[in-house]
Amino acid sequence: MRTSTGSRVGQYLALLAYLVFLAFPFLWLVSTAFKSPRELGSPHPTWIPEDPTLDNFRQAFDEQPLLRAAGNSLLAALGAALIAVLIATPLAYVMARHRSRLAKAATGWVVVSQAFPLVLVIIPLFLVLKNLRLINSLAGLVLVYVVWALPFALWMLVGYVRAVPAELEEAAAVDGAGRVRTLVSVIAPLLAPGIVATALFAFITAWNEFFFALVLLKTPEKQTLPVVLTHFIGAEGVADLGPLAAAAFLATLPSLVVFAIIQRRITSGMLAGAVKS
Amino acid sequence: MTVVTATKRSAQGAPRADGGRRPPDHGAWFLVLPALIPILVLSVGPLLYGILLAFTDAQSGRTEPTQWIGGLNFRDLLHDTLFWESFRIGLVWAVGVTVPQFLLALGLALLLNQELKLRWLARALAIIPWAMPEVVVGVMWRLVYNPDAGVLNETLRGLGLGDGRDWLSGLATALPAVIVVGVWAGMPQTTVALLAGLQNTPRELHEAAAMDGAGAWRRFRTVTWPTLRPAALAITALNFIWNFNSFALVYVLTSGGPGGRTRLPMLFAYEEAFRYGQFGYAAAMGCVMVAVVSVLLALFLVRRLKGGDDT
Repeated sequence: MRTSTGSRVGQYLALLAYLVFLAFPFLWLVSTAFKSPRELGSPHPTWIPEDPTLDNFRQAFDEQPLLRAAGNSLLAALGAALIAVLIATPLAYVMARHRSRLAKAATGWVVVSQAFPLVLVIIPLFLVLKNLRLINSLAGLVLVYVVWALPFALWMLVGYVRAVPAELEEAAAVDGAGRVRTLVSVIAPLLAPGIVATALFAFITAWNEFFFALVLLKTPEKQTLPVVLTHFIGAEGVADLGPLAAAAFLATLPSLVVFAIIQRRITSGMLAGAVKS
Repeated sequence: MTVVTATKRSAQGAPRADGGRRPPDHGAWFLVLPALIPILVLSVGPLLYGILLAFTDAQSGRTEPTQWIGGLNFRDLLHDTLFWESFRIGLVWAVGVTVPQFLLALGLALLLNQELKLRWLARALAIIPWAMPEVVVGVMWRLVYNPDAGVLNETLRGLGLGDGRDWLSGLATALPAVIVVGVWAGMPQTTVALLAGLQNTPRELHEAAAMDGAGAWRRFRTVTWPTLRPAALAITALNFIWNFNSFALVYVLTSGGPGGRTRLPMLFAYEEAFRYGQFGYAAAMGCVMVAVVSVLLALFLVRRLKGGDDT
């Protein structure tokens, strides 16, 4: 389409403004993480650290059990992602292909579950998990994360299943394969990329989650990375900026990497789900 | 029978004439149960239990048994000015975040839909806020807003716009400051969703409109918007709910301060439940939050959908 030069310039200026708005907080975080205490105390902060240092990272690891927290986060997120995908894939398959009342109810739940304030779920969960002695345990947290990740996982997976041509299944049915067999041997292999993307998305969601972890995990040994990060901010809101920035930067890296890998698939999953349901 | 016809029919709201084109089969149950059980036990169950709790005097760490107290929590809530203040703040926050978020995201999505040179960079950057843990986003913006070492005040000083201030601690500036963070944090997701919607608008229509001499605004109004509208409405409604119910961002940024100026309903309910142990009361707050947000949304959607019939 032809566009006049004037509006082209306007478009680039607008894009530039967006780039600055999107990038500057993150660049500032990175810059702060590498600054020396002297620079952090300076009344005129600079964008590029004058003598970049790794001291903040060292200090961050000294102050808080970051490694253990990262390990906890990893366990919780991996567990949640694996279980969520394992149990969501069959349900998504039924929801996409089988127009039963159950499938409808499941779809309804996916939508409704987006609307409830977490506090309405966490209080009863807290009581239930307490009776099961699963407070302050990663197993309890994983259970909660699985259910919490399910709606969006289902949403994505239903879209992926619909993208698989139904003829393939009919062929399998003609060959006498039952529903479960069809899912395992015909659909699942075709879905594999979508399943991986969904698992990774569930992983990030759990890796980043804060509210449930804050409520359910009591002792520092059990806490996940986002909860431990808040310990860098003191009771009065006073923070040691350098180590805080360093730890925050580290906590983001895994999600950024994973997200960069699956971003396209999430987008297409959202698209498929939004268009076809 | 193809899947396409099946989904089309459902989209048009055709009544479901048959009880199932396939014979009832137990394989389906076998596939559904692994997800159904955890959903019922850990999501639907707690939700209903939570609503029940709202009618009790449940407290944490108390030895006497929990009593059914009917609507007493709700009566107390009605007179709890602090709660309604947090409710008002929640609405201001939800609207204040959702509207700019949508407009900015729409602008960015339209730009990214063009053949522009820096498009890849913008797309890559748009991922960052989305992938970041909310806690980190909060931490990061605390660094930006920092009165002494923050980039915002330094930039303002550089531009000769005052000596800078402590944005997050100022009574007047705290809420706008956290709203900016909310917009930043949620914009990418909205952008991506809108971009996905934009890619459905038929290019030929655009070109035909351009040939007829329609300007950019006319083309947007007559071609782009009608196709985008359903997706845009759904996204806006969801964003509103998510924003109204958000917690982590503001918890990290201000913990609800200064003087409760940024105490969103979720922060209020969290404190009530897990700091003061008032489980029943906090559950009642949750119920009120759901009820009011649902009503607001219903009004919004009904009006919007009606408005759509005229055009």
